[in-house]
Amino acid sequence: MHLDFSPEDLAFQREVRAFIAENYPETLRGKQDEGDELTKEDFLSWHRVLARKGWVAPAWPVEYGGTGWTATQKYIWSEETASADCIRLMPFGLSMVGPVIYTFGTPEQKARFLPGILSGGDWWCQGYSEPGSGSDLASLRTKAVLEGDEYVVNGQKTWTTMAQHADWGFFLVRTNPDAKQQEGISFLLIDMKSPGITVRPIITLGGEHEVNEVWLEDVRVPVNQRIFEENKGWTCAKFLLAHERTGIAGVAASKRGIEKVKTIARAEMDGDKPLIANPFFRRKIAELEMDLTALEYTELRSLAGESAGKGPGPESSLLKIKGSEIQQRLTELSLEAVGHYGAPYFRGFGEGDNEHPIGPDYAHRAAPTYFNTRKTTIYGGSNEIQRNIIAKMVLGL
Amino acid sequence: MDFSYTETQDMLRDTLARFLADTYDFETRKMMLARPEGRDPGVWRALATELGILGAPFAEEHGGLGGGALENMIMMEELGKVIAIEPYLQTVVIGGGAMKHAKHHGGGAMADAVIPAIISGEAVIAFAYAEPQGRYDLANLRTTAKADGAGYVLNGQKAVVYAAPWATHLLVTARIGGSQREREGVALFLIDAKSPGVVRRDYPTVDGFQASEIYFENVAIPGDALIAGGIDLVEQLVDEATVAMCGEACGIARKLHEGTLDYTKQRKQFGVPIGKFQVLQHRMADIFIEVEQIASMALMGTLKLDLPANGRKAAVSLAKAKVSRSIRFVGQNAIQTHGGIGITQELAIGHYFKRATMIENQFGSADFHLDRFEQLTLDA
Repeated sequence: MHLDFSPEDLAFQREVRAFIAENYPETLRGKQDEGDELTKEDFLSWHRVLARKGWVAPAWPVEYGGTGWTATQKYIWSEETASADCIRLMPFGLSMVGPVIYTFGTPEQKARFLPGILSGGDWWCQGYSEPGSGSDLASLRTKAVLEGDEYVVNGQKTWTTMAQHADWGFFLVRTNPDAKQQEGISFLLIDMKSPGITVRPIITLGGEHEVNEVWLEDVRVPVNQRIFEENKGWTCAKFLLAHERTGIAGVAASKRGIEKVKTIARAEMDGDKPLIANPFFRRKIAELEMDLTALEYTELRSLAGESAGKGPGPESSLLKIKGSEIQQRLTELSLEAVGHYGAPYFRGFGEGDNEHPIGPDYAHRAAPTYFNTRKTTIYGGSNEIQRNIIAKMVLGL
Repeated sequence: MDFSYTETQDMLRDTLARFLADTYDFETRKMMLARPEGRDPGVWRALATELGILGAPFAEEHGGLGGGALENMIMMEELGKVIAIEPYLQTVVIGGGAMKHAKHHGGGAMADAVIPAIISGEAVIAFAYAEPQGRYDLANLRTTAKADGAGYVLNGQKAVVYAAPWATHLLVTARIGGSQREREGVALFLIDAKSPGVVRRDYPTVDGFQASEIYFENVAIPGDALIAGGIDLVEQLVDEATVAMCGEACGIARKLHEGTLDYTKQRKQFGVPIGKFQVLQHRMADIFIEVEQIASMALMGTLKLDLPANGRKAAVSLAKAKVSRSIRFVGQNAIQTHGGIGITQELAIGHYFKRATMIENQFGSADFHLDRFEQLTLDA
């Protein structure tokens, strides 16, 4: 047991740093520095660079396009991309439906869908939540009826992130209304351009358009787009949620976030001293760093268990709970640190808009980010649901 | 980077765990505490001779098993699981750590004599470092060691010296120069606990240990009792002890969690086991989360002991601050969940809680360590 990097690991670290320095898209960097909202093309620009290099899916098995990196190399990768402030890739294809397809899909389905996920050619969205089915996901009512070799799907999904850009969606639908809740659900891949699909924006507190309502009206889905057996979709759903929860800890990104808060607190004055010298504010930074370190080593221990053959289990709920709380505390500290300049509403730069926004650059998105980040303890199974999972699956209560 | 234990480390853990399961149940422990000396010295002898594991963190040339800080963490975690009243932290982690340092810094003869005595169980070392006025500042010392011919003369008072009533040796911090709070002039000595002029007032501690207030009254000590290294060495030893104790906290927290979880499954109210209530399910989930974080921080601190001093201190302080906070949460909620029976002496749970509570502040409270962390990382 040790924390040292081998000479090979150090060489890998240098290679990664050099690669990012040379290949990270400049337009994207510029927009991030300005605090501008990112477009689909912005997200895809970094995705495509990584896809060409073969580094887009480090978590996947090599046979499906993974990198074959060791656990240490994966750790280095997430550290380096975070400290270079690279955007996080959209998780819906790479971290969610991809692993479901290579784990439960047929050879034909793998051949058909995995290449588009890797290349970025297909943008995916997740059709899980419904207006009446949030935490109680298994109560979902969107139904699919088999007619010949097609399902006819009717219903409504909500909180569908980035559905406005999506080419494909993976949906949980009810195929047997008479079975027990979890046993009548199937996992369908649906072409978002199918007739009968309507996507309507939902604008969140920070002013962003991230999430949508998706309406499905007599949408026809070929049966060969069902993953795994009919009525066994809950198995895929649970698998995906456990996968989603580990990535959700976001340790490397939060480390970078703490550095950003420190930068703000060194620049902001509090009396005749920088804010970082204020004993109350610096204590909050220290506590956050303490909790983030505890999360980091909990994740590392969990990953070590995984590479020893134990898959991401229900204890990954712990990573989701602590990771999301830390992300929120970071945004609280940023907003607190910027003082008055948390208030001006910055719409982002539109076309031909060149007036400099009010206040220091680091203040523009402090409030919107704070508002937006309230989502982290709600999505992916609310933190209350995660505690239920720990109580039932880990503690046997 | 590697997070797996070696086979030898697993064996060490299993050997000790099996031995303690057989010899250290709650009732036996109670009888040990009731003895006049407050422990059963046979247990320490058995650890040394029957199991031969007191050499876990020492080099093979001294008859040790070739391990280090990780082995100490493993031992402390298992000892914590039975709230063992054994002087492992004081003798092996701190005393042994000082001797390992001495070996390579001019104290070869001392190390060659004392390390084998630690491993054989003959030497019990107590660490006399704290003073009534000093709180957690290791350099805040009124105890003086004045040069006198080839040796020194010790005068002063040491506070709450765990294991001192059992000790053959005392590891003592004292000033050979400088003013009361200066880093310069702090020195470390290993002396015979029976030296003339060492006056002890012995007492039991609330967590089941024995400790002493120690008064040095013109204690003459030889010149070669000095261990080179000054305040830097004292800080290093205390850091090593702190993370080892985080390992103990991990063992204690696991038992607090386990015992409380069992209780929520057995105790019925309103016709159902209380673990059926969501409010307690969430509390148990939160306890689980804190326990895992204690384990993570104990490991993190241990793995970072080899960093250069400032990095080591920052890591150890983060670990201890988190462990102090988390063990308080785990302990208080274990008692609360047990209800009335939790605040009696009858169940083991309360005794785990008492040791957990003393760990919170031993070697520095959460506030102290967050302060130290801030000074090291935010002042720059």
